[in-house]
Amino acid sequence: MSAPIPDREATIRGRPCQKMRSSPSEFSNLREPHAMTPSIDSRRFLPMLVALGGGALTLLLTQPGHAQQVAAAAAALPAPVPNKGDVAWMMTSTALVLLMSVPALALFYGGLVRTKNMLSVLMQVFVVFSLITVLWCIYGYSLAFTEGNAFIGGFSRLFLDGTFTPDANGGTFAMAATFSKHTPLYELLFAAFQATFAAITVCLILGSIVERVKFSAVLIFAVIWFTFSYLPLAHMVWFWAGPDAYTDASKIDALNATAGYIWQMGALDFAGGTVVHINAGVAGLVGAFLLGKRVGYGREAMRPHSLTMTMIGASLLWFGWFGFNAGSALEANGSAALAFINTYLATACAVLSWTFVEWLHKGKPSMLGAASGAVAGLVAITPAAGNVGIPGAFAIGLAAGVICLWGVTGLKRLIKADDALDVFGVHALGGISGALLTGIFNAPSLGGPGSVQNWVTMTSGYPGMLAQVWIQAKAVGITVAITVVVALAAFKIADLLVGLRVSEEDEREGLDITSHGESAYDL
Amino acid sequence: MKLITAVIRPFKLEEVREALTQIGVSGLTVTEVKGYGRQKGHTELYRGAEYVVDLLPKIKIETVVSEDMLERALDAVIAAARTDKIGDGKIFVSSIEQALRIRTGEAGKDAL
Repeated sequence: MSAPIPDREATIRGRPCQKMRSSPSEFSNLREPHAMTPSIDSRRFLPMLVALGGGALTLLLTQPGHAQQVAAAAAALPAPVPNKGDVAWMMTSTALVLLMSVPALALFYGGLVRTKNMLSVLMQVFVVFSLITVLWCIYGYSLAFTEGNAFIGGFSRLFLDGTFTPDANGGTFAMAATFSKHTPLYELLFAAFQATFAAITVCLILGSIVERVKFSAVLIFAVIWFTFSYLPLAHMVWFWAGPDAYTDASKIDALNATAGYIWQMGALDFAGGTVVHINAGVAGLVGAFLLGKRVGYGREAMRPHSLTMTMIGASLLWFGWFGFNAGSALEANGSAALAFINTYLATACAVLSWTFVEWLHKGKPSMLGAASGAVAGLVAITPAAGNVGIPGAFAIGLAAGVICLWGVTGLKRLIKADDALDVFGVHALGGISGALLTGIFNAPSLGGPGSVQNWVTMTSGYPGMLAQVWIQAKAVGITVAITVVVALAAFKIADLLVGLRVSEEDEREGLDITSHGESAYDL
Repeated sequence: MKLITAVIRPFKLEEVREALTQIGVSGLTVTEVKGYGRQKGHTELYRGAEYVVDLLPKIKIETVVSEDMLERALDAVIAAARTDKIGDGKIFVSSIEQALRIRTGEAGKDAL
């Protein structure tokens, strides 16, 4: 029988990893015809054939011409190497997600604050992004993406240990699996890609607390919240044993039990509706409540100082989000293409729906509205990206624009917190809408791809609309509960240690000068 | 000598300057200012936040002329700055006790 995975050392986002130099086994029988076959179709049938039995049979059916030759060479062949197209795409995606934070999110947020606080926003995003990246490589990756229990991973990848091991042949790279069988990715690259997700998530929260928060409090909060909210949720939603581990039906239950709690429920979150947006959006609101309102809030005009910057930021977010969403397919394949068009289309829909509803309701279509609509659409399509079809992209995009517009107007008035840049109204609300609608538009009857129900045979299905939406709702509920508790604790601890807010005098003067000793503009 | 202080619409500055130059007014000081009078401001809407902007941008020009020149100068400013709509601005006239040209030390009318 084929494809036992040797030397499973760690698992990432469910993907088993093995050292490349691990004993080749019959695993390589499968790889060779695959590598020689330009046709993607043969790859799709591969897992099924494997299930039918025998590497040799597979070879005969997929590549009769090469079968014997390949079978003879099998024993000497190395384990599968990553596809260069996949690797190039994932490196590109990783850099794109970095671009989403620095500069895109920083500019988007920066343009929305007053001139005197511009640099403080840029600085908070820049430093938090770097801080989380470092923590990710020290312990974050290990706790999120190695096997532990259903809620948190283990310590086997501290300092990314074992992802690259020097040896006489130039070193050995550990492999992460993807969503396809026998399609590994360099684990280092997977860790880098996921690092950018963790880092931007913490940066998102800053929008709720800008213009008054103390820089040291930001850093303390970031460390605690990242460790106790982001890491468990990433593990719970995204960690599973990976497709290659599912070799026969008898293993399914045991393997499923190693996955994260929310993954086990069957929740669909393609690129981080729960882990990233709801998680951050709700934490932001908690922060806004605990910090209190900015001095002069509601009495003085707090006009955005540069909507030009905000537009540039929103546009770069849109651009970078292709890496965020389509990159989450982990391969340069059809799933990535689906996520790509959905990311593109839903965003355009949300720009239009926000703009036109604002125009009808408030009298004028605003640039800030269009830019906010783009971000709302991007947020909402994030959990759905590769999980819905084109009808889903239309529906989710159009809905997100209207829902989030209400989130930053009607709902904001109800909540009465100074969520300065509307992180809750856009990210939490957009994320929740997207997560729930993913459950609906994942349905094949609504053009969705369904989801893989059996990782041995790689067959897809759909548990039914009510069932899937209920699963999605539970995932949302768990996310909200965890992030509320952790954010409360993290802000309280920061408050006790250094205090959350700068003095009123410093706040009036502006954080650029009082916290950072510099001015954004010399005009 | 009289000081003419006129608050006008920003886009009228060039016309006013030309009109004053034509009648022989040789210097002008310009300041960008904000203010309000009868002209209503506007509201700006940023997501849920609505701000009434009632301090509108205007241009303040100041020039000192001799008394015999005053009437012509005032007529020139009014003719150039007028649009017949609310918000055209105001002109204030006050007396000046002394004027000196720093470079030469000339005083009074000669310094203008």
